[in-house]
Amino acid sequence: MNAPLQFVPASAFKQRAAAAVADAHLRSSFRNAMDFLIARRAAQFPDAPALERQRAFAEHIRKYSLARLPDLLEQLERKLTDNGVSVHWAETPEEANRIIIDIARRHSTRLMVKGKSMVSEEIELNHAMADAGMEALESDMGEYIVQLDGEKPSHIIMPAIHKTKQQIARLFAEKVPGAAYTDSVDELIGIGRAVLREKFMTAEIGLSGVNFAVAETGTLCLVENEGNGRMCTTVPDVHIAITGIEKVVEKLEHVPPLLALLTRSATGQAITTYFNMISGPRKPGEKDGPRELHLVLVDNGRTQAYGDEQLRSTLQCIRCGACMNHCPVYTRIVGHAYGSTYPGPIGAIVSPHMLGLAATHVLPTASSLCGACGEVCPVRIPIPDLLIRLRGEAQHAARPGEKPMLGQGAAQSRLIDIIWAGWAALYTRPALYRAFGWLATRFRALTPPMQSGWTASRTPLQPARRTLHEQMAARKRS
Amino acid sequence: MSARANILQRLRAAPQATPPLPPDVPAFHAACHAGLAAGTRAARIALFCEKMAFWHGEVVRVTRANWPQTLRELCVTKGVRSLLHGEPHTAALRAAGIGGLKPYDRPVDAWKKELFEDTDASLTSTRGGIAETGTLIIWPDVDEPRLMSLVPPIHFALLDADQLYDDLFGAMREQRWSSGMPTNALLVSGPSKTADIQVTLAYGAHGPKELVVLMLVNEEELK
Repeated sequence: MNAPLQFVPASAFKQRAAAAVADAHLRSSFRNAMDFLIARRAAQFPDAPALERQRAFAEHIRKYSLARLPDLLEQLERKLTDNGVSVHWAETPEEANRIIIDIARRHSTRLMVKGKSMVSEEIELNHAMADAGMEALESDMGEYIVQLDGEKPSHIIMPAIHKTKQQIARLFAEKVPGAAYTDSVDELIGIGRAVLREKFMTAEIGLSGVNFAVAETGTLCLVENEGNGRMCTTVPDVHIAITGIEKVVEKLEHVPPLLALLTRSATGQAITTYFNMISGPRKPGEKDGPRELHLVLVDNGRTQAYGDEQLRSTLQCIRCGACMNHCPVYTRIVGHAYGSTYPGPIGAIVSPHMLGLAATHVLPTASSLCGACGEVCPVRIPIPDLLIRLRGEAQHAARPGEKPMLGQGAAQSRLIDIIWAGWAALYTRPALYRAFGWLATRFRALTPPMQSGWTASRTPLQPARRTLHEQMAARKRS
Repeated sequence: MSARANILQRLRAAPQATPPLPPDVPAFHAACHAGLAAGTRAARIALFCEKMAFWHGEVVRVTRANWPQTLRELCVTKGVRSLLHGEPHTAALRAAGIGGLKPYDRPVDAWKKELFEDTDASLTSTRGGIAETGTLIIWPDVDEPRLMSLVPPIHFALLDADQLYDDLFGAMREQRWSSGMPTNALLVSGPSKTADIQVTLAYGAHGPKELVVLMLVNEEELK
């Protein structure tokens, strides 16, 4: 397996974005896929006022859950412990990996099969497992395909959406022992099914994510279509679930309104094939299911977002991916350009808490602020407002009395500060402003033809022959 | 300090505006259905069948008297050589003369390979169904363990039309789920599927390739 895709510096983000934009084939396949998902979602919400009511209620549930988060986490831990589940807490990716690797070693693990889990991507679990001499195999078809090719997902719901079936056909023929070349989708899925069924049988550990954790009953809920999640959580002797601390809700009855929006927003389905509710390991007398069940609760920067009342809304996210599907920037530059585990608008607002602004300050700028992400978000996260806020935090020191964010002010530039100071001086002094306008218009021929980043893909800016004030005055006279 | 203590301490230290009131799910639910006529049994059956068909699930209407016989015929048509089942159905299935009966009577560890590689179909009970989404409610237990509805390529599920609910919240409330969840509870809507290759839908991803619902109805509801 290739080394994991580490976070890339801002300059590399721009290069990747430029490369993706220039790839006509990738552009058209991604455009088609996003249009498909947009249309599917729209078909699920024919009644706009009803959708608004649903979104408002879902937002209410998420805000209520977050307001009570520490209590709910303790209640969840208590309930799960009563149910026979071991609960672990991790502040950092390293801690989370260590917890999982310790469990795996205790069970002399050779193979861990994984259901889809973005948090496991976030902590680079596969890499840590490989370093510890154990294999971590993705079993979601899309994840399996990208892992086989040494890549990372380009979309949180459809990980291999950047690949054509011909590319997957060649990949399987090359990398799967005994597989003949076929570009029939049914046959390709059949190949994946056969390989992975063998792995489900032999794996010592199954790992999964969590969509909702219910505090009152100690229930971990998983949404999926393929059945690999159920395989991973049922067949191996040990099941480890991993989740961000924000996924908890208080009551079971809080789940249906969120679930209804999650699957409809994500793939335009009224419900997924499976909704798997796990409340404990195999009980005496039961004939299958894991004998040991663990839950790893991961912070990784989430408490930083929680510490600020505006940024806290980031944690309302239920990971449907609708903001990505509707983002004109994401659709054009494709998931990999972002470099972060979570791409698109949600990635731009969540990654700075996980990786710090020093590494991620360019992400909130990868937006035209068109507002589509905020409009489609099923839990009404004000994503555009958060993008603007994070751009600001990257440019300035923390305000007095506020705790600086990780990487606060990382994009601060002396030159930009001076330019803005000069701008402010001009615009607050009428005499200076008029003098500047007169000079700029009269000496417009001296405007430099190369204007740094602006002229990279645009014609140079040149002042008009006369200022607007002068033109208006002339018009009045005539 | 432990990771747990640090995380909880940071969360508790965060500023808190007035917390929102607890979400009133029953009121929201009622508001969503305001103006709609209460679901009738016939409407629920019709909607369930329509939605299940949309998920590529097959619904066959049966009666309490004839379902084992219908299942026998389905097994023959589909070429099922072995049918995994739980103890409660043994007598009925034997009486119908279904061949290749395989009771799930020992822990999976003892026969995992056979379950995965040499079991054509399974029959499970259900706790009910959800009309709005065409969904089965399955609570695996000692008699009908979790893997029955997942591993065999064909899954037959017995659904009592009396146990059809309008929606998930209704089922949860009527069946009082929050008073005690089993180790594993499932909602199943159709056979397993994936659209991970070029958004092309393919059935039989990792779980069953076919889902057949045997819906127990009254004599006059057969069609």
